Amino acid sequence: MLVAVVAAVVALAALATDLLAPRVARRRRARAENARRSPAPILPDPGRERRAEHRARELLRSCVAAEDWEMYRDLGFLRVSSSSADGRDEPCAYLLYPHRPIVAYLPSSGRLVGEYCVSFEDPDTTNGTGRLPDSDDVLAKWMALTGDEHELIATANMHLPGRQVDPVQVERDLVRLARWYHHRSRRSAKAGRGSDAPVVAPTAS
Amino acid sequence: MKPGYGEILIAEGDPEVLADQERLVKEFRRQLDEGLWAAVPLAQDDGRRESLMVRRFEDVPPDADRVIFFPRAAGGR
Repeated sequence: MLVAVVAAVVALAALATDLLAPRVARRRRARAENARRSPAPILPDPGRERRAEHRARELLRSCVAAEDWEMYRDLGFLRVSSSSADGRDEPCAYLLYPHRPIVAYLPSSGRLVGEYCVSFEDPDTTNGTGRLPDSDDVLAKWMALTGDEHELIATANMHLPGRQVDPVQVERDLVRLARWYHHRSRRSAKAGRGSDAPVVAPTAS
Repeated sequence: MKPGYGEILIAEGDPEVLADQERLVKEFRRQLDEGLWAAVPLAQDDGRRESLMVRRFEDVPPDADRVIFFPRAAGGR
């Protein structure tokens, strides 16, 4: 009896192998074919963007004045004065935020003038989104603005204040900036008293 | 400045050495041909910093220690 059962099991196993073997072989072939056709997916490097931003911050730091670097480090934006003064209108100043429009305002009143929407994106997106690291974006705006303000402003799309950057946030940032200048001048004054060095008055906010 | 990477060194050399200069000029032109802008960060005597946009290799100040290439500006939304 036992011999008959074992024989039956062996016979069924052999039958199943005969039936399934071609299917298994086909699947294996298909899998190998797919692996050959499509390259292995490139796993995103989670540290790449962080390292890129670190390098970008160092580059920004090496290009702008020490005061501007500290402003960006402490407040998250840069302030640049307009160089285009025609003698009639008050020259505006710009706030440079990463990946956001350039905000123009009048330094004397803090009144917002407009938003200049401009992007520095690489059309080749094979290595990511085409977006520069945050600090590189600010540096690109700073270089283009201090190097050729007219061209950058002519290239940008101008919009009324508040289209993308919340005016309340800008007003808050201007208050933070004024406080920052105030604290900085006090620190400079203290340091000046300590070393008898002349105290340099801060520029307008 | 390269998206996803930040700062990448493209070429370096002494522009007063002929072989280096040829290599720097070639690379400079290649970057501009790819549609990038070039700028030289400058430090003024009074401590101010600004940049100089350059469109030809000859426009690079002789004492410049670097030229930074970055994507051309386009009107954003």
